[in-house]
Amino acid sequence: MGAMPDPLPFTRRFLTRAEVSADGRTLHQIDPSAWDRFYRDRWAHDKVVRSTHGVNCTGSCSWQVFVKDGLITWEHQATDYPSVGPESPEYEPRGCPRGASFSWYTYSPSRVRYPYVRGVLLDLWREARQRLGDPVAAWAEITGDPGKARTYKRARGKGGFVRSTWDEVTELVAAAHVHTTKAHGPDRVVGFSPIPAMSMASFAAGTRYHSLIGGTLLSFYDWYADLPVASPQVWGDQTDVPESADWWNSSYLVMWGSNIPVTRTPDAHFLTEARYRGTKVVAVSPDYADNVKFADDWLAPHPGTDGALAMAMGHVVLTEFFRDREVPYFTGYARRYTDLPFLVCLEQRGDGYQAGKFLTSTDLGDDEESAAFRTVLLDDRTGETVVPNGTLGHRWSESGKGNWNLDLGDVEPALTLYRWADEHVPVDLPRFDEGAGEGGTTLRRGVPALRVGGRLVTTVFDLLMAQYGVARDGLPGSWPQSYEDSMQPCTPAWAEEITSVPAATTARIAREFARNAERSQGRSMIAMGAGTNHWFHSDTIYRAFLALVMLTGCQGRNGGGWAHYVGQEKARPVTGMQHLAFAFDWQRPTRHMAGTAFWYLASDQWRYEGFRADELANPLGKGLLRGKAFADCNAQAARLGWLPSHPTFNRNPLDLADEARRAGSSVAEHIVGELKAGRLRFAAEQPDDPANFPRALTVWRANLLGSSGKGNEYFLRHLLGTDAAVRSVETAESQRPHELDWTEDAPEGKLDLLTTIDFRMTSTALFADVVLPAATWYEKHDLSSTDMHPFVHAFNPAIAPPWQARTDYDTFLALADRFSALATDHLGTRTDVLAVPLAHDTPDELAQPGGRVRDWKHGECEPVPGRTMPKLVPIERDYAAIGEKMRAIGPLLDTLGTTTKGITYDVGPELAYLRSQNGVRGDNRPSLATAEHMCEAILALSATTNGRLAGQGFRTLERRTGTRLADLAEENEGKRITFEDTRKGPQPVVTSPEWSGSETGGRRYSAFVINVERDKPWHTLTGRQQFFVDHDWMIELGEQLPVYRPPLNMHSHFGDQTLGEDGRAEVTVRYLTPHSKWSIHSEYQDNAYMLALSRGGPTIWMSTVDAEKIGVADNDWVEAYNRNGVVAARAVVSHRMPAGTVFMYHAKDRNVNVPRTELSGKRGGTHNSLTRLLLKPSHLIGGYGQFTYAFNYYGPTGNQRDEVTVIRRRSQEVTY
Amino acid sequence: MRPMAQVAMVMNLDKCIGCHTCSVTCKQTWTNRDGTEYVWFNNVETKPGIGYPKHYEDQERWKGGWELDRKGRLRLRSGSRVKRLASLFANPDLPSIDDYYEPITYDYDTLLKAPAGPHTPVIRPKSALTGKDTAITWGANWEDDLGGAAEHAGGDPNLASLPPEAAERVRFEFERTFMFHLPRICEHCLNPACVSACPSGAMYKREEDGIVLVDQDRCRGWRMCVSACPYKKVYVNHHTGKAEKCTFCFPRIEAGQPTVCAETCVGRLRYLGLVLYDADAVTAAASVPDERDLLEAQRAAFLDPADPAVIEAALAAGIPADWLDAARRSPVYELAVRHRVALPLHPEYRTMPMVWYIPPLSPVLDAVSDMDGDNTDPDDVFHAIRDLRIPMEYLASLFSAGDVDVVAGVLMKLSAMRGYMRARTLDGTVADDLLTATGMSGADVERLYRLLAIAKYDERY
Repeated sequence: MGAMPDPLPFTRRFLTRAEVSADGRTLHQIDPSAWDRFYRDRWAHDKVVRSTHGVNCTGSCSWQVFVKDGLITWEHQATDYPSVGPESPEYEPRGCPRGASFSWYTYSPSRVRYPYVRGVLLDLWREARQRLGDPVAAWAEITGDPGKARTYKRARGKGGFVRSTWDEVTELVAAAHVHTTKAHGPDRVVGFSPIPAMSMASFAAGTRYHSLIGGTLLSFYDWYADLPVASPQVWGDQTDVPESADWWNSSYLVMWGSNIPVTRTPDAHFLTEARYRGTKVVAVSPDYADNVKFADDWLAPHPGTDGALAMAMGHVVLTEFFRDREVPYFTGYARRYTDLPFLVCLEQRGDGYQAGKFLTSTDLGDDEESAAFRTVLLDDRTGETVVPNGTLGHRWSESGKGNWNLDLGDVEPALTLYRWADEHVPVDLPRFDEGAGEGGTTLRRGVPALRVGGRLVTTVFDLLMAQYGVARDGLPGSWPQSYEDSMQPCTPAWAEEITSVPAATTARIAREFARNAERSQGRSMIAMGAGTNHWFHSDTIYRAFLALVMLTGCQGRNGGGWAHYVGQEKARPVTGMQHLAFAFDWQRPTRHMAGTAFWYLASDQWRYEGFRADELANPLGKGLLRGKAFADCNAQAARLGWLPSHPTFNRNPLDLADEARRAGSSVAEHIVGELKAGRLRFAAEQPDDPANFPRALTVWRANLLGSSGKGNEYFLRHLLGTDAAVRSVETAESQRPHELDWTEDAPEGKLDLLTTIDFRMTSTALFADVVLPAATWYEKHDLSSTDMHPFVHAFNPAIAPPWQARTDYDTFLALADRFSALATDHLGTRTDVLAVPLAHDTPDELAQPGGRVRDWKHGECEPVPGRTMPKLVPIERDYAAIGEKMRAIGPLLDTLGTTTKGITYDVGPELAYLRSQNGVRGDNRPSLATAEHMCEAILALSATTNGRLAGQGFRTLERRTGTRLADLAEENEGKRITFEDTRKGPQPVVTSPEWSGSETGGRRYSAFVINVERDKPWHTLTGRQQFFVDHDWMIELGEQLPVYRPPLNMHSHFGDQTLGEDGRAEVTVRYLTPHSKWSIHSEYQDNAYMLALSRGGPTIWMSTVDAEKIGVADNDWVEAYNRNGVVAARAVVSHRMPAGTVFMYHAKDRNVNVPRTELSGKRGGTHNSLTRLLLKPSHLIGGYGQFTYAFNYYGPTGNQRDEVTVIRRRSQEVTY
Repeated sequence: MRPMAQVAMVMNLDKCIGCHTCSVTCKQTWTNRDGTEYVWFNNVETKPGIGYPKHYEDQERWKGGWELDRKGRLRLRSGSRVKRLASLFANPDLPSIDDYYEPITYDYDTLLKAPAGPHTPVIRPKSALTGKDTAITWGANWEDDLGGAAEHAGGDPNLASLPPEAAERVRFEFERTFMFHLPRICEHCLNPACVSACPSGAMYKREEDGIVLVDQDRCRGWRMCVSACPYKKVYVNHHTGKAEKCTFCFPRIEAGQPTVCAETCVGRLRYLGLVLYDADAVTAAASVPDERDLLEAQRAAFLDPADPAVIEAALAAGIPADWLDAARRSPVYELAVRHRVALPLHPEYRTMPMVWYIPPLSPVLDAVSDMDGDNTDPDDVFHAIRDLRIPMEYLASLFSAGDVDVVAGVLMKLSAMRGYMRARTLDGTVADDLLTATGMSGADVERLYRLLAIAKYDERY
């Protein structure tokens, strides 16, 4: 398609005469009067500017913004995407109703036009500032005076904003940051901004600032519960998925918990269109969702039981396509690309066995380099054990160079030991559908086993067959007799009992799915999303899904595999983005923090537990979690170097460095010594000690309190210190954490300063101390990309930021300047020390062999930084130079280059280019003084947008794999996408080692295509896709293999939530918060168009059955409450909802049409007033293989779907 | 034969995802101003449902469209010219604002300006008409995704007209749920009731392209057009007091651009094209006695743009040659006439609407699929159209004056196309049996497939 579409092939010619039809029935054309000028004028415009929307939706759509008389009028989608090819639908016209309404915000009456500070704080500030002269001293006094601090903190969220000036607020915020850094530590200055891909320069501005001062940056993907923990567990890679045009290549597509038309609106057409190509489409959804409408089949399992359905489908696939009949395509794939043939040690358990660890070279007496990370399989031709190429041991060893690949040579891995077995032995396996508590129980089935090197082993495949209950002759244990056997996991009839999906339907869909994959060589796909990923045990649900696409050879095939579509993003130019965003050009690393763990402690949700982590342990565990509360697990993960933990220690890290200097020891030695002596503690053990409070929080590009903040009311009470509707009681003494200090009076108002940068008044803005006016997406330069399509887009200003709005980029530059000025006297140059967790895609993956948990605190080993505890890295910070460092690319890129996913790039030529393109500052450093400079630098330094780097990266990788890869980038080695290119139109990216798929030759992107086609290993222990994982805590949880775990039993943990007042009718129901049709998170829900098309405020969707129980009619006001809080909303009663489940669509903020509640007398809550956090221990694992930390790669999720709520009709008279 | 040209539209409901982008882009462009707050030239309804304005399809109540008098002659359902003149000042068939909805605004600036107080500031709904506090009780899209359907959707006139055995299958229960989305704009009818009803001569159909417009200078605000239009797609601007309606984006059409709703349709389901028709045949076609013959009568009034006689007559009538080219490449003509998969909305209104629809497929009822014992062949993945959730009688009530065979024929074609393409895509085989059942040739199927599935920009418009 050309730059502009062809015009309609006919145009207006004449306007001449009127004619009434002969029968007087109608009138054609009248005199050519000028009456129609009104419509013509309305359509007329002065210019059209290309931009996009920086909202967290993965759309990254190209829009045309119309401008008339200097005002933005409206926006329409651009249609000039590069073609997908003649045999496919195109990407045009990407967009959705929400984006189409965005321009409303530009001149909205609730637009933030000026800087604001709450009056009570501003008065305190002006008085102290005036009296003391020194802004830093002023902030110290206000926050150090309990009375003053309480006064302004209690006023949060209660109006009273006063207009200020940029000068005044910048000084206030900078003074707070300087004081916090000096008095408490830079890690107490916290920044929260999600999803760089949705506007990279705006993200980078704030993260670069925080990185340079040593602040803590919170992760978001895990916090949002969108991070599919199964992905790193199985693939050692975080979310790589097909672009939407690849759905077109699928011939069987299951939408499972992903409501594509609502949450991937611009892409949905590829699905409706693929149906005409013969693709079968199945919807799995508990309600009759928008996507069900165009599906062929609708399966409606009870919410949260999807894992059982997937396990039953796996049972059918293993039975019919592996046991009853061999499908060469499937077995060939399994041998080469999965861990199914690898050997697992069986450990004695009573009179039977249980699965232990992978057999490794070490077990075979081999002492070669990294032998403990070389996993073993059996050659089906010889019966000999073999360590194939491509294991983790090959990845990080000298001897592995050239051998980290999936080439099996002459070896034919044995999937099963059935023909080699010395004996058939019983193994105990976990099941969670039965048992008294969350930990479930066990069942016994058999596997063929062989003695190797003195150990009894079997294969992952044989264990999988047992886990899925696929019987084979001669194996001991209890097995289902048929699909109709409902007593035995994992038959279709067993799943029917759990899910309500008819067994015959389950079997039919599974059979069709696998058969389609067989016929098409892997073109069956499962699109999955929030509906299945927001659960506490979503990792088990997902592993059951992934098993289906791996067993059927679909992963790494165009048109096949998983398609995880919730919260996933793809900053295509990732290398440039992350190095500049985290200031890796000046210092490495930065204080990345796992968001969920941070908020869990900061908002004191850890104090309100009804059960402990050990209840989740399966009887197969060794008791490693015994007695542990969730917060204990987190504290252990912090000290073992698994997860980051910031604020880190109970002392200012700047002071720790000074102490070390005074003591004449290295900072690391000093800290280890202090920790061993018990004089220094991790802040995660004392979250309620004022020394460990996070003190200053800046939120930009986000709505923490109105959107993502699970346990909203706990945030309000403990973090902010204002009114909250928490009704929960604190943890009983017997259930409290052992390793955390418990203070009798829980702190309220931990945070000294909440700064929000936004263009609209969200809850986060309403509760902030300082609100800064941001430029909108039509008022700035920036970059956007997504994984739903392969293009990079520009933001462009259609108008300059109006009133006093500023771009995020300029806001943080100004803040950095003021910080530097104040720091000259107050801080100067200091040494900071970072505790850095064992990192993914580095040799840290070898730190803790076998995933065996050894805790130095309990004397099980020595505290060795980088091995048994976090690395301790000193960084010198010239605090007076922050402003200048923001504006220039630092020298580390010249010497260290850039590194992404273990591949290091030499970027010398790129820096030279940027010197001439952007100009230089200071010591000949390339400039980043403007957002355009930042965009240019991001593009130049990334392999997806710079073909030279792609070629270089592949050649580097080739030296490790010994396979051919560089040809993938050959066609584009001379291509470089500049910022100017992106401003002209959507720019397709280059195949690069930063990602796992290939666009080479115009292909559609699909994840892991390079692994499958080029024998490049996955970033896992075995180098293969892993069905089996063997970390100690995974054994503890009974999750070595895919397994069904039901939703948490909230009733048993927290008791009956009903108040039962006066016999009022109430109903307790599952509370789900799916993504809304009328907003992207909280964005757009306050927009006049979306309010007009929805019901004008918060609603709760409920079934006709539940509504009848409590006497609720459509549009009645209801209240929903549980121990976490209460919301007031209108009921939408619909028969498309299943009984027993209600929806309050995600991110219903409290700022539109929310009355006060009967229950609390206060303003009703957000959707998150009824949710709260729980940490799953397996999400905290680190230090071992793919279980190592990276920002947004691994970490506990802010899961939110296991909750229940009580609903009742309320008085229909409401007060606002 | 008197050839005339008309810009017409086809919407493929089978691809509509109910996203309402069309509504927003249209409203932003045309009606976000005083007097048109409640006006949506383009709106999207969830079916089953009563629609916007409420029950607009109930012509017993609103008296929209045409009927045949005892002599079989067309007359406006709203009565004679004399009767309409007599009721100029008290039109009994005019929807009130409550039949649409009370448009809402909010006291947005409260969020910034609220003084310090005991509660978190909130904005509350105000009537956009009076500025006073109000409670929201209905809206522009109240029934979206079956919201409140069990309470309201029983009033959908299409349900009332179902034969008893079909009505029996429609229950507002979870297990039997079905829905689809119906985007609607002005139909720009060949036989527009609004034009005929206008006492001021302000409404007219543009000669060169058939777009129906309201001359804002001539309109005197009598509102007869509002009641006469059976689709309720003429609105009163309560600020100017004049009628306004979808203009088919004529300033864009004249510049060779598609309408806003079409170009911004994310589902890529809208087709625009030129259709030639015989102006002399319209009255007769709209007057056929049996409602079920109206569809074929309208198709018969369309002229084959490849027919040399038509071309000759059209040129003689002053239709330019490039327009005739356009008519020959018209996707609307292809879908409506050549492939016969597009159908008019409520042909029984006799206005000869020019926005046509391809009816939607839907998932099967589980009960049906699992009662069959024959679903063991994993290669036979598609279901019979008789098992689909949306009762065909319901679709027939919308698109074929109740003639189920017409709707079934279209769904069969869509279904056969899918089966044919699946065989070709997976195995490279030709499923002749599917062709026979629908009377299509392989080339027909491939053409329909390209048009509906690949649907490139320049083939949609």
